[in-house]
Amino acid sequence: MTGLAVIRPGPLSLLQDAGRLGWQHLGVSPAGPLDIHAAAWANRLLDNRRGTPLVEIALGGTELQSAIDTWVAVCGAELDIRLDGAPRPNWSRFAVRAGQRLGLGFARSGQRAYLAVAGGFRAGAVLGSVATQTREGLGGLHGDGRSLCAGDVLPCAPASLPGAASVPWRFVPDYRAEPCLRVMLGGDAGDFSVADRQRFFAQPWRLSPQSDRMGTRLSGEPLRAPTRQWSLGVATGAIQVPPDGQPIVLMADRQTMGGYPILGWVHPLDLGLLAQCPAHRTVRFARVRVKTVQEEVREFYRFFGR
Amino acid sequence: MMRLEPVGAEALLLVLAEQPDADLPLRIAALADRIHLELGPLLVDLVPGWTTLLLHYDLLRTDHLQLGKRLLPLLEDWCAEAQPPRSGRLHEIPVWYAGEDLAEVARACVLSEAEVIALHSGMEYRVGAIGFAPGFAYLGELDARLALPRRRTPRIRVPAGSLAIAERQTAVYPQASPGGWHLIGRCPRHLFDAHAKPPCPLAVGDRVRFLAIDEATFRAEGGVP
Repeated sequence: MTGLAVIRPGPLSLLQDAGRLGWQHLGVSPAGPLDIHAAAWANRLLDNRRGTPLVEIALGGTELQSAIDTWVAVCGAELDIRLDGAPRPNWSRFAVRAGQRLGLGFARSGQRAYLAVAGGFRAGAVLGSVATQTREGLGGLHGDGRSLCAGDVLPCAPASLPGAASVPWRFVPDYRAEPCLRVMLGGDAGDFSVADRQRFFAQPWRLSPQSDRMGTRLSGEPLRAPTRQWSLGVATGAIQVPPDGQPIVLMADRQTMGGYPILGWVHPLDLGLLAQCPAHRTVRFARVRVKTVQEEVREFYRFFGR
Repeated sequence: MMRLEPVGAEALLLVLAEQPDADLPLRIAALADRIHLELGPLLVDLVPGWTTLLLHYDLLRTDHLQLGKRLLPLLEDWCAEAQPPRSGRLHEIPVWYAGEDLAEVARACVLSEAEVIALHSGMEYRVGAIGFAPGFAYLGELDARLALPRRRTPRIRVPAGSLAIAERQTAVYPQASPGGWHLIGRCPRHLFDAHAKPPCPLAVGDRVRFLAIDEATFRAEGGVP
């Protein structure tokens, strides 16, 4: 099968789908896109189901050449999009003809762009998913967890759509703003002191450059973490506090179990904003109720499809 | 006491005991099988822990309150059941005791390195849970004389095959990954293969014994120092 050839992959471009679900009992990470909101819009613009394989492009700097006539959509980080040198809009879909070159410049705000194609990219699934997990060596174009390289061809079928479409501007986030991330308290929260819980919400936290797809590391005035002995299953968005008191928010490539105490969980629909923050940006946290989060996440799934 | 707690917006944690015991991993595995059989379509993932079972559920089909109600009769049955004695399979795993924290562990435990090795390899361990990374089996219980808290700051990268300890647990890292445990040895075997059936040779409830090997044997078995 033919498709889009990778001329330049950029620093880290990864094939992703809805994630590798159903294998967490063997320690297999869920993976999937870091920003589920931007990824869902990229697929929706092309009438793809949510979770259709697309490419997560960290920081931009990517160039591809199409061997077919099709449509693509780019959502997420703000970057220059050029088709044979002519500008194309972000958060929009547009036609690409065979032979044309698609270039994505470096991100001016935000950290990840999502490139979807009509009908989705095709690749062999590993444990039921094409999601690339580089640490575990699972998924991706070759099934071994490698990120995209120059010379790779992203297989997809020719497609045509009736015309251009864009995401309504009110759904396009401003990635330059300092985000306030909503948090459901829980887990070991009751074992932290009242003063430490208050300090967590009162102070700004700086994103450490050591953050990656597994976890976002925060630095600030340290919290005093309680001790916990037995490892147990964890969920995406968990805020774990190791003994150095600097919280780590678990992201899509998170482990399945952990032993560090957990203060609570970031709202799943706010994790994308966190993933779009550059190193050293500050973030703040605010409390939210589980029921409120469940209503919003259900609405998201209903709109974009489970 | 048994407890049910929401974990974020899309998961429910069953806390089944305060402390693990030798039979608990087998009993939790049996409970996970039963829940999967009866409530499978509502669930995305089931993750057994030492004393817990985490249920990731489909938020469009249920939530922690509804799921909790459906679970109550299953949990009552589970509490009432006398578990038939099963021993689990025994795996012998070779280890070259040459981890970079061995000397520090010996110092912190006020033991010689030889005593650390003798204590660690002299025990039979139970697979209490598999998680953290593909095929990462949590083994217990480590001798109390070797119990140390996790490192204050986790390492960014622990090499594949590392044998590690923390608190009353021990484990082999199947892939290179971040980790906060103390590294005391290296195992030459691969403990996860996505294309094998099953992908992981160890199962919850199995037994494990570590055999001390030297560097030459480690290399001969395919280990890369």
